[in-house]
Amino acid sequence: MTDTTVSLAPDRTEGDPALAPAAPGRRFRIAAVGGQNLSLIGALVVVLALFGSLNDNYLSWSNMQVIGEAATLVGLLAVVQTVVIICGALDISVGSQAGLASVVSAMAFTSTGSSAVVGIAASLGVGVLAGVLNGVIIVYGRVNPTIATLAGLAAYKGIAQLVSDGRAQGYVLNDSVFVFLGRGKIAGLPVMIWILAVVALAVHVLLTYTDIGRNLYAIGGNDTAARLAGISINKYLIAAYSLCGVVAAVAGVLLTARTGSGQPVSGSEGLELKAITAAALGGCALKGGKGGIGGTLLAVALLGALENGLTVQGINTFWQNVAQGALLVIAVVIQQRRNKERRIGLPT
Amino acid sequence: MNRSGAEPPEPTPSTGRPGADRRGAVITVENIAKRFGTVQALGGVTLDFPAGQVTALMGENGAGKSTLLKILTGDHQPTEGRVLLDGEPIAFAAPQDAIRAGIRIIPQEPEIIPHVSVAENVYAGSLPRKRGRVLDRAELRRRVAADLARLGFDKVIDPGALGSELTPAQRQLVEILRALTGDAKIIAFDEPTSSLSEHEVEALFALIGRLRAQGIAVIYVSHRMKEIFRLADRVAVLRDGAVAGVLDAAATNEEEVVRLMVGRDLSSLFVRQDVARDEVVLELHDVTTDDVTGVDLRIRAGEVVALAGLIGAGRSELAGAIAGDLPIRSGSISMNGRRLSLRNPKDAIRAGIGLAPEERKAQALFLQRSIRDNTSLVSLERLRRLRFVRRGQESAVAQEYTDRLRVRTPSIEHETGKLSGGNQQKVVLARWLARTPRLLILDEPTRGIDIGAKAEIYQIIADLARSGVALLVISSELPEVLGLADRVAVMQNGRITGELSRAEATEEAILSLAMADDLSTPALMPGALR
Repeated sequence: MTDTTVSLAPDRTEGDPALAPAAPGRRFRIAAVGGQNLSLIGALVVVLALFGSLNDNYLSWSNMQVIGEAATLVGLLAVVQTVVIICGALDISVGSQAGLASVVSAMAFTSTGSSAVVGIAASLGVGVLAGVLNGVIIVYGRVNPTIATLAGLAAYKGIAQLVSDGRAQGYVLNDSVFVFLGRGKIAGLPVMIWILAVVALAVHVLLTYTDIGRNLYAIGGNDTAARLAGISINKYLIAAYSLCGVVAAVAGVLLTARTGSGQPVSGSEGLELKAITAAALGGCALKGGKGGIGGTLLAVALLGALENGLTVQGINTFWQNVAQGALLVIAVVIQQRRNKERRIGLPT
Repeated sequence: MNRSGAEPPEPTPSTGRPGADRRGAVITVENIAKRFGTVQALGGVTLDFPAGQVTALMGENGAGKSTLLKILTGDHQPTEGRVLLDGEPIAFAAPQDAIRAGIRIIPQEPEIIPHVSVAENVYAGSLPRKRGRVLDRAELRRRVAADLARLGFDKVIDPGALGSELTPAQRQLVEILRALTGDAKIIAFDEPTSSLSEHEVEALFALIGRLRAQGIAVIYVSHRMKEIFRLADRVAVLRDGAVAGVLDAAATNEEEVVRLMVGRDLSSLFVRQDVARDEVVLELHDVTTDDVTGVDLRIRAGEVVALAGLIGAGRSELAGAIAGDLPIRSGSISMNGRRLSLRNPKDAIRAGIGLAPEERKAQALFLQRSIRDNTSLVSLERLRRLRFVRRGQESAVAQEYTDRLRVRTPSIEHETGKLSGGNQQKVVLARWLARTPRLLILDEPTRGIDIGAKAEIYQIIADLARSGVALLVISSELPEVLGLADRVAVMQNGRITGELSRAEATEEAILSLAMADDLSTPALMPGALR
């Protein structure tokens, strides 16, 4: 018990050393972890080179900013999607939440006599509410996360359409705060991109350096073990969904600032698909317990570059939808193949 | 049994030199090896299973019995070696191939579809049909009724009952009925009696006798010596993935079998000491939950109390209640004289209670995470500033306990899933030791780990007791219970039916307290912590 020698022997079955193979080696594991990101970077380079050679304008600084700004909303939602997926859950209502938040920000702004602060605060508040509601329905209503947030996808969109009567609401570009958020720049980079960077960094620190992050990975990795280790799983899940709601609301506010008015549906519809695709491509295990912000952001960049390139080349957006769906399936198939799951019945 | 009308081979009367005579062998495994990652589960096993004989397959947990069964049933592919059926080499790509070849296994935990009838459970996958794909209910009922009548079980189970209504014995019967559909040549029983009462065991033995008389090769896996010597013609002993010996049951005895299984004298593994102090750490008074009734139990500092009983007796459920995971309906749980109100495991952990659960992979470990992450998990509260984990301290703690428990690993950053079972269990223990609990509950702490690691776990338990930790050890292995415990509490059907001091505790005394003798008792299902 008090022996303090560090055993350097490779892991093996005690009592049968002759049959134990050499240590599996850390190199392989590091390659496996970094491999995902490396292949994303590779794919990004290929996409940039391909479209850059097809169109001189594609690689210009201004087009890069267009890509960056277009990817910001997806990026925000993908970052929080990563957190939810790490817990082993899913939130497909993020796009509808962003739409609702967008409408609420513009309408609150207008009805309070052009107070940007009230508009934004109301929007964030609605985001928290929607997120908590998702979490409560899942944890206490015992509704499967996919079903619960599918319901949220429909219901939050419906609420946004009801309060806005289905039309764009208000006009905010007479306000300096909204103009700054939507069009402003800091150190040459659009404010929107800075916001994504700050949110992504904060979530990255949360996941990597705090005990909260450890507990989130634990919940997704093995919920029974997490519960027996004294982690309050319910609290964490509800918190993860509220984080999703809040950040979706930030995306909604940016949508308002970008377009100049509150958009119930346009601009936010379909973002959930892109966010989930980015997280899956970025290496989040959909079973939970694995993933990170770095991979997700790389995947967001890849998707953004691809989408912009296809648009620049004048490819029909219907085809882009097909490509989206195909990408998500491919990302998950690759992931599952690595799990070496037996191909019988429904996947686990 | 042989419904297709195949002629049952003559039972081979000569059991004189087991293993030598392969004429009647239905199935033979030759040099079978199986490796899982870094773990060599089987290394060159050669065995045969003759028709019309009961071959007992014995060995410690982790000796390779289950792996061998799974290779026979096509669940696993052997890394090396071959399987011969009636002298012909066969390769099973999937379990269906093994079933078609006449190989059946009665699993320890029957797989029952809860919302359909017994009859449909039995014939699932080959339901009788008429007019295309319409289920022929009349034919189904007729067949199952005929099966039950032929086997003498028609009074025991109602073919129309739903899967969810069955007792453990009835569930097992469903598996047996399934096994006998089609042309079965080999039937393997994996610890069939672990959840059966005495009457049910007798009925099962009579059935096995009939199977043998019909020329079926029976493989019988069990830890219970008495059963082995009543039933078996031959005893094949596995140890560390190899055949330690094949014995003629009539010409051997318990001691010889145990010696082959363990490879050394079992009692040498245990540390005898008497370090219990007067101070009572845990006190349960009249604790009742959904699964346990009126439990009184006290454990003193430095005392090792073993909780014995059959699977489903409520032992893990009691552990879950003490660890705050399952709610108690009435009664009280006190630690060091202070009454606790436990709402969740966190409350219990803060009160100084640790639980190393039964299924370490499913319930305790994060297999993809490092040893460091797994070890520090319940101590993070103490290893953080603001909410930031102090990596240096964390690594130091993980390293300290990894060293103290002698976890064999290249580093604490190593993935926990790549360790052997024994080392994984040490990681679970390290997690709790790092938290310095006053009460540690160990549920089946040595299940599925090899003998060397077992001895180390016993040593850790002894060291913990000496340092004043109160220990509650749940074990289904009687030698372990007898070797470890200062005191044995025996459970049956959710109640503690007796406590035995070290001097009073014998296998017979424990079993008689553990065995339900009332057939109608609604036995509890073996329960995971839920």
